[in-house]
Amino acid sequence: MAGSAAAAKDDSVLPKPSLLVQGLTVLVVAVAIALPFLAPSYYVQFATKVLLIGLAAMALNLVVGFGGLVSMCHAAFYGLAGYVLALTTPKYDPASLWLTLPLAVGTAALAALAIGALSLRTRGIYFIMVTLAFGEMLYFLFHDTTIGGGSDGAYIYSKPSVAIGSFVPLNLERANSFYFVVLGVVGLSILLLRALVQSPFGHALAAARDNERRARSLGFPVYRLRLTAFTISGALAGVAGYFAAAQYGFVAPQMLGWHLSAMLLVIVVLGGMRGVTGPLVGAVALLGFEEVLKSVTEYWKLVEGLVIIVLVFALPGGLRQLASMVLGPRAEAPAAEPALPAAGEASRA
Amino acid sequence: MTDDTLKSAFTRRTLLSGAATVGAAGLVSSFPRPAIAQGAPYKVGLMLPYTGTFAKLGQFIDQGMRLYVEQKGGKLGGRNVTFVQIDDESKPETATDNMNRLVGREKVDVVVGTVHSGVAMAMVKVARDTNTMLIIPNAGANDATGPQCAPNIFRTSFSNWQPCFPMGKVMADAGHKNVVTITWRYTAGQEMVGAFKEGFTAAGGKVVEELALPFPEVEFQALITRIATLKPDAVFSFFAGGGAVKFVKDYAAAGLNKTIPLYGAGFLTDGTLEAQGAAADGIKTTLHYADDLDNPANRAFLAAFKQKTNQDGDIYAVQGYDAGALLDIGLGGVSGDAAARDKMIAAMAAAKIDSPRGPMSFNKAHNPVQNIYLREVRNGKNAYVSVAQANVDDPARGCRMTA
Amino acid sequence: MDLLTFGVQLLNGVQYGLVLFLVASGLTLVFGILGVINLAHGAFYMLGAYLAYWIAKYTGSFWIALVGGVGISFLAGMLLENIFVRRLYGRDHLAQVLLSFGLILVIDEIRQIAFGKDVHSVAPPAFLQGSIQLTDVLSYPVYRLAICVFCLIVAAAIFYVIRQTRIGMIVRAGAENRQMTRALGIPFDKVNRYVFAVGIALAALGGIVIAPISTVFPGMGDHMLILSFVVVVLGGIGSVAGAAVGALMIGLTDTFGKVFFPTFSSFSIYLLMALVLLWRPNGILGQREV
Repeated sequence: MAGSAAAAKDDSVLPKPSLLVQGLTVLVVAVAIALPFLAPSYYVQFATKVLLIGLAAMALNLVVGFGGLVSMCHAAFYGLAGYVLALTTPKYDPASLWLTLPLAVGTAALAALAIGALSLRTRGIYFIMVTLAFGEMLYFLFHDTTIGGGSDGAYIYSKPSVAIGSFVPLNLERANSFYFVVLGVVGLSILLLRALVQSPFGHALAAARDNERRARSLGFPVYRLRLTAFTISGALAGVAGYFAAAQYGFVAPQMLGWHLSAMLLVIVVLGGMRGVTGPLVGAVALLGFEEVLKSVTEYWKLVEGLVIIVLVFALPGGLRQLASMVLGPRAEAPAAEPALPAAGEASRA
Repeated sequence: MTDDTLKSAFTRRTLLSGAATVGAAGLVSSFPRPAIAQGAPYKVGLMLPYTGTFAKLGQFIDQGMRLYVEQKGGKLGGRNVTFVQIDDESKPETATDNMNRLVGREKVDVVVGTVHSGVAMAMVKVARDTNTMLIIPNAGANDATGPQCAPNIFRTSFSNWQPCFPMGKVMADAGHKNVVTITWRYTAGQEMVGAFKEGFTAAGGKVVEELALPFPEVEFQALITRIATLKPDAVFSFFAGGGAVKFVKDYAAAGLNKTIPLYGAGFLTDGTLEAQGAAADGIKTTLHYADDLDNPANRAFLAAFKQKTNQDGDIYAVQGYDAGALLDIGLGGVSGDAAARDKMIAAMAAAKIDSPRGPMSFNKAHNPVQNIYLREVRNGKNAYVSVAQANVDDPARGCRMTA
Repeated sequence: MDLLTFGVQLLNGVQYGLVLFLVASGLTLVFGILGVINLAHGAFYMLGAYLAYWIAKYTGSFWIALVGGVGISFLAGMLLENIFVRRLYGRDHLAQVLLSFGLILVIDEIRQIAFGKDVHSVAPPAFLQGSIQLTDVLSYPVYRLAICVFCLIVAAAIFYVIRQTRIGMIVRAGAENRQMTRALGIPFDKVNRYVFAVGIALAALGGIVIAPISTVFPGMGDHMLILSFVVVVLGGIGSVAGAAVGALMIGLTDTFGKVFFPTFSSFSIYLLMALVLLWRPNGILGQREV
């Protein structure tokens, strides 16, 4: 993962948004808020799902895009938090969100801390394989034992309640309320990730990504930085998994499986790794594409596979690159960014 | 581009027109969208595995159901029928999504599905939440007509308890006293083995050891060696699909079939005999069907199915066929007016179907009451031996509709 | 557990481990020499088994299926290297992960279109179909013993090629120091192509050999892929000897795990890996950081 110093110049700092980007952002937020009043409930649920997968991908991007670490076990944190909700929800009553959310996210964070502590001792291919294997370990923990219903999974019959004492601000059983809560959570997470990336911590993390040796010689505690990022990232993936489990009312070991981890990576690359919200765009694009494709052809996986291959070779910078190709110089901010991951730059030199 | 994608995911019109454009580019649409005219047809959503491990089962259920509708001239209860199909891939994690798609987007009148129990239970949950009619044409999870039973949920297949409980007496009568059970460690396996154990201990037998391995693992060698050390009088097993093929072959390859007879739930040898070959000879199983059941309904069904699909019908096709029959009775009872839901449900609950599997009616939990047959594998066929127990009724434990 | 049963279970574990070695050795070669992570390795294992089924169905011969399956996979490997993989050498691993994940989806659908989605079985060669009587009830299939012998022969061949031949020398040099080997003007492109194709062929060979005792089914490659990863992590990347050690450790852990603590047999494999990582982050026989 050693990258060239040349790519390191200032891409760790988020670009100053242009007017166009600012306008688009306002528009997107407006559409997101208006959606439940315009679209049928199926699409509200679909949007909720996209937001949650997008959140997991944004969380993953903290380590992949900003940390330069290709983790293949983020689905495990996502699923683990979902299982915590399933296990803490009583059979006939809702669980309290105020108790179960911190518990679920805390569990995901702890798992990320433990797995990260071991995996971060390794580099490159090793890191990918080790995270993959640890993710599968958690998968098998739920798959082979009866903790959460084994390979059959477990049901959550009621969504968590947000009641504080006798005061009930919202009923999450309603699809629209649930959507708005998720939208709010995703919004907060974006703000958190932005703050992190722009903080000294974020700069140090990016410096270690671009040149580990130099970062080390500058006195950055690289291992601790990465472990912190990995843990935060795992916790945020847990937030997404918690709400996903609540939405579906069902958890299965596949939620922790490596296929989902790989899909999250595809989304990250598709959306672009240099921005905080890129993966969210990637999630919208990929899941929307899947939705259309599924209704058109039986062999949608073939098409999706080919699209992924094309993505690797033709669009390593993801949709951002495509946007800048189509829009040309007008899309100043995205075009100004280096589209390729740092190591890619290095290899060409 | 990104902006377009955003919108297309969010509004139905762009989604559909996008689909139409791609469809026009030469791909076949799996969602034919009929023009809605007056007297709109009754819309059946088929949520079945069309790919993956259970793909063949899904296809047979689909073809069985369509065969029935064709025989009735494209109508059920006098009303025209259209189908929407969706591939559930036997993945529980996407089941809620797919079910919502049928109920919320396609606005189907009834959902028929599925094979996999985990997927079926997710469907049951949505059906209960949205009060959608659901007919389960295979999945045997006891809970679906147990604690999770509901007036709008029917099953035309079996509960896991049903085919296995009678086996207990069959094996005890054959003189086996100590038996080892082996299955996958998942709900279906546990429920089947549990029902067998219930029947077997009631008949005076003893289960020496319950072996299990994670679903869907197929490395049986260690457990087969274990069976050889335990030396029981017989083995009762439940596996299905690829696992069933491999287990039967491994069991024979280890030479155990010569000394320790192998019994099982019918799924052990259903749809798998071709791959199992001679290794399956002599295995006795219990199920609610046998390939060569000699009754007029079955003979007619097998001939018609062969003519339609050029394949030999099996229990899965029968279950799909009976799902059609059940809907026919329901819609017939209300002259095609599906809005008269209570009356339709009452007609379905009271249905007496002359099924290819023999007489079939429904208990209060809407699970079939049916004969369970003892079969033996001979010349690559599940040959009928005897009726293991007539009119077997699932106890429907935990169902509030039985009170 | 008496001595004989213990012996039989030991044999079960070793046999499982040897097949794992066959598949994992291809993976470790590709990792070690090309520096490429190939998630589609398991897909080729599955494809090999389907090819064996398909060829055996039309020719009636297991041996033709074996040779044909390996040959086709080898050619497919050459082709893939030429079209795709070659462009990814030295690019970041993320691109490799994505490419091979895309390949998995494509291969899976091609398999579905070409061979369908049914479960199949393949008959072993006639003279290996019997079994050896071990106790009054238990006999051991000859084919399982034959697998052990066959895998040992393949393993010996791999070791011979790597240790004793010129190609092996280049390969070893490449695994030790990629830049230096390239700088010495060794025809690396060609070697790369062959190594990748051999890796793919070994995965397919594993699938073919296991086909008669396993069944041939769509998802069979998934679990094998992850287990191969664990083998490589345990043994050390690029080390064929390490792969052998790792594969045997996993075969035995899994087999005895199933007997003694059935619910945790899969889990115990990963626990083993975690412990080894704590002790040696680069694997038991791994030397360098990758």
